[in-house]
Amino acid sequence: MHRIQPLERLSASALPRFGGKAVALAELTRRGYSVPRSLAIPCDCYRDYLQATGLGGRLTMELGRKEFSQMRWEELWDAALRIRNLFLTTPLPTSLETEISTAMDRHFVEQPLVFRSSAPGEDSATCSFAGLHDSFVNVRGRGEQLLAIRKVWASLWSDRALLYRQELGLTVADSHMAVLVQEMIEGKKSGVAFSLAPDNRQQLTIEAVWGLNQGLVDGSVEPDSWHIDRDSLRMVSYRDAHSSHKLAPRGGHVQLVPLAATEQGPVLNDSELAVVVQRVMALERDFSAPQDCEWTWRDGQLVLLQTRPITTVPAEDNRHWYFNLHRSLANLKQLQRRIETEIMPGMEAVANQLAQVDLMALPDGALIEEFRQRLQQQQYWEEAYRSDCIPMAHGIRLFGEFYNDELQPQDPFEFLELLRGGELRALERNRRMMALAKRWVAGADSSIMAEIDALAAELSLLPDQLKRLLLQFTDQQQPEVSQSRENLEVAYCTHFPTAEWPQAEEILEIGRASYRLRDDDNISLAQLSREVKRSEAEMRRRCTAGDKPELVALLDRLAGRESGLSSPSLGDNNSEDRDVRARQLQGQPASSGLATAVARVIRSEEDLADFKRGEILVCDAIDPVMTFIVPLAAGIVERRGGMLIHGAIIAREYGIPCVSGIAGAADIINSGDLLTIDGYLGLVFFPATSGLLSPALRPHSLRKELDDALRQ
Amino acid sequence: MDTLRQQIKDILSEQSLGVLATSAKGHPYTSLVGYVVTDQLDELLFATHRATRKYGYLQADARVSLLVDSRSNQVEDFREAVALSAIGTAREVPSEQRDRLMQLFLARHPYLAEFVRSPGCALCLIKVQRYSLVQRFQDVLELDFDAPHPAP
Repeated sequence: MHRIQPLERLSASALPRFGGKAVALAELTRRGYSVPRSLAIPCDCYRDYLQATGLGGRLTMELGRKEFSQMRWEELWDAALRIRNLFLTTPLPTSLETEISTAMDRHFVEQPLVFRSSAPGEDSATCSFAGLHDSFVNVRGRGEQLLAIRKVWASLWSDRALLYRQELGLTVADSHMAVLVQEMIEGKKSGVAFSLAPDNRQQLTIEAVWGLNQGLVDGSVEPDSWHIDRDSLRMVSYRDAHSSHKLAPRGGHVQLVPLAATEQGPVLNDSELAVVVQRVMALERDFSAPQDCEWTWRDGQLVLLQTRPITTVPAEDNRHWYFNLHRSLANLKQLQRRIETEIMPGMEAVANQLAQVDLMALPDGALIEEFRQRLQQQQYWEEAYRSDCIPMAHGIRLFGEFYNDELQPQDPFEFLELLRGGELRALERNRRMMALAKRWVAGADSSIMAEIDALAAELSLLPDQLKRLLLQFTDQQQPEVSQSRENLEVAYCTHFPTAEWPQAEEILEIGRASYRLRDDDNISLAQLSREVKRSEAEMRRRCTAGDKPELVALLDRLAGRESGLSSPSLGDNNSEDRDVRARQLQGQPASSGLATAVARVIRSEEDLADFKRGEILVCDAIDPVMTFIVPLAAGIVERRGGMLIHGAIIAREYGIPCVSGIAGAADIINSGDLLTIDGYLGLVFFPATSGLLSPALRPHSLRKELDDALRQ
Repeated sequence: MDTLRQQIKDILSEQSLGVLATSAKGHPYTSLVGYVVTDQLDELLFATHRATRKYGYLQADARVSLLVDSRSNQVEDFREAVALSAIGTAREVPSEQRDRLMQLFLARHPYLAEFVRSPGCALCLIKVQRYSLVQRFQDVLELDFDAPHPAP
C-alpha cells in the first residue's frame, strides 16, 4: 500500500494524515465537482524528513532562541527566514526522494504542477487560517518540483503561521504538513467566491481576474468584484478594476503580462457569473457552512481549486495589520514611485515651509494655531508613512526570499550584502559630518561655525554638544567597502539564464530601493517632527518666561500623547527585576562581529552628546535621526529586534557588530558596564558580574582523620 | 576490563549532555555541555563561547571533570542510574585538527552548527586521564589512561 495517495482515494478519516485542504478536495471529487487531478503527500513524509535529516533538532534550536511573545514582527520574519533556509539547504533523504518521485511519475506525465499546503487543522469547520502557508504554481522539472515540496513544508513555519502559533498549537513535535500536488491548469480567467460576503450577511461576493488566480491571491492584480443578493441571486453591485495585466505562466515561473485586446471589459460575463454563484451556493449546502472557494475557468468549464469554511477574525486582532505588509512586486513598484515622488518630497516641502516661520514673532494665539496645524501636518504624513513607507520594507523580504530560493546560501541573510552600499541619506549626512569635523579641527572660521549651528539643529543637538562629538570623529570611521558584495553580485547575475535575468534584476532593484527608503523616508519625516518640536519648544519657553495658562493647558494635554509610529506590539515585556543580574543574554544577530567595551546607555536625544568613541551603544530603539552616532560605536545593543532595524542597517555599513532584540536592554544595562557582544550569534555577555565568591574553608576534620589513617 | 570500557562507551553514546566542572582561584563552577567522545574514549569534545565563564576558568586552570549520567529523576535512580566522571585537562583544539574534530562534533550535534562555526565559539578537547564509573549507588570502577595531556 503506497502512502502517497491520489485524491480520489482519501476519505474524511484521512484528515489527520492528509490535512484539511486535501480532504475537502477529495470530498468535492466524490460529489462530482470538477477539480484538478491531484496527489496527496501525507504528513508522515514530513515527519520522516525531519527525523532522517536531523532538521527537527535544528528547528527546536531556532524556535527556542527567544520567547515568541517578546518578538516584534520583524523578528518573526527573521526567524521564519532562517527556518525556511534550513529546509532549502537540507535535501530530501534518498529513500524519501525516490518514494515521492516514483509516486509523481505514476500519477503525472512530465508537466507543470502546483504545490499546495494541506496542514491538519489549517481549514476545518471551526477555524480557517487562510494565507498562512505557501503555494507554488507552475513548477516545472522534477528537481524544482521536489524543492517545492520542501518549500511548502517550510511554510508550516512561515512568519504568518508563527503569529498564529498559539491558535495553531504550533510545536516541532506535534505540527506536520501534508502537500497537495495538482496538475497546473492555465485558466483563462480565475477568482475567488465567498458564499457570505465579509461585509454583508445578505450577500455573497465574487472576485475575478484574467489569467491565473495567483495574481488575485498575492495582490498583484486588482480583481473585478460583484456583490450578489443571497436570496434572489440578483447582482447588487459590480466594480470594474480596470486592470491592465494578468498573471501568466512563463518558463518555470509566473509573470505579469499585459492583457490582450480580447481581455477587456468585465472578467466574467453574465452566464459565467451565474455559474460561479450557483457553484459557491451549492458548496455552502454540501458542506453545511459558508464557503470561501478558489476557481478557474478552463475550456468553458469551471474548475474548483480549493474550498474552505469562512471564518471571521475579531476586529481587534491587530495581527491583520501584519498580513497587510505582504506586498507584490507590482504593488511595491507603485509604492516606491509614491514614496520617492510624493511622500518624501511632500514631507520635506512642508518642513522647509515651516522652517521659514519666525515663531518668536507670533503672538500667543497665533503660536497655538501654528502648533496645532503642525501637529495636523505631522499626523497626516505619519499616516502616509504607516500606509506606504512601512509596507515598502516588504521589498527587502521579497528579494531575500527570492535570493534564498534561487541561490540557497548557507547564511540566510547573505542577501543583505547585495542590498547595502547604496546611497543612504544617513551615510551622506555622516560623511558631511566627518568632513566638517576635519575642517573644524584644522581651524574654525565663521562659515564653519554657521555650518555647525545648522547641523546641530538638524541633529537636535546644541552646537557645543555637536562640537564635543565632532572632536571624536576620525578618518577611520568610513563605511566599509565590501569586497564580498561584488563577488555576490557577479554570482547573482551569472546564476540566471538571459531570459530570466530581467525579473531577477527587477527584484534586486526593488530590494535595493526598499532597503534605501527604509532609512531615507524616516529622515524626511524627522525634518517635519523637528518643526513640531520647534514650535513646542517656543511654547515652553514662553511658559517659563511668564504666566501663560492657555499654553500650559495645551502642553499638559500633549504630555500624554504617544508617537503614532510604533508598530503594534505582539506582547508585553516582562517587568524588570533589579535584584536579578544578567550574565549573558540572547537576542538576534543583526550585524556580524565581536566587541568588548563599556556600555553607554542612550535614553533620550540628550544622552547622545555624552557618547564617547569606542563605547557600546545601548538603547531601546535607534531612531534614524540618531544614526550619526553609529560610526563612533564599538558595537550596538538594542531592545527592538530584527535584521532590518535602522541601527543594524547603519551598523552593517560601518562593519560594527549589532545585537538586537535584547528585551529591556536600556534597563538591564548601565552606562559603564563592561560588555562583550557577539553580532554573529546575537549574544551579550556581562563579564564583570561574577561578584565575590566565598574564601576557601579549612579542611573538614573527618577528612583529616582519613588522610592521617592512610598515611600510617 | 573490556566490560568497563564497554559500559563507559555505552553511557557516553546514550547521553548527549554532561556537567562540566571547571575551577578558578580554587572555586569550582559547573556547566551543562553537549559532548562527543572519540573512538578510543580518551578524548571528549565540547563547545563553548569564548566570553563564557567556563572558558575564562579554563584559561586559568585547564583541569576539568565531566559528569555524564543516566538518571531519570525517579527514586530508582539511586540503584539504577549510572554516573560517569571523566577527569582530565581541556584546551581549545589546535587549528590543524579543528575541521576534523568539528565534523565529529557536528555529526552528533548537527543543530549546533551555527554556534560551533561562529568566530566567537571555541571547540575544546578534554584529554581524559581517568574515568570513574559509579553504579548501584556505591560501586565505583576506574579506568586510567597512560598519557597525560601535554601542557598547553
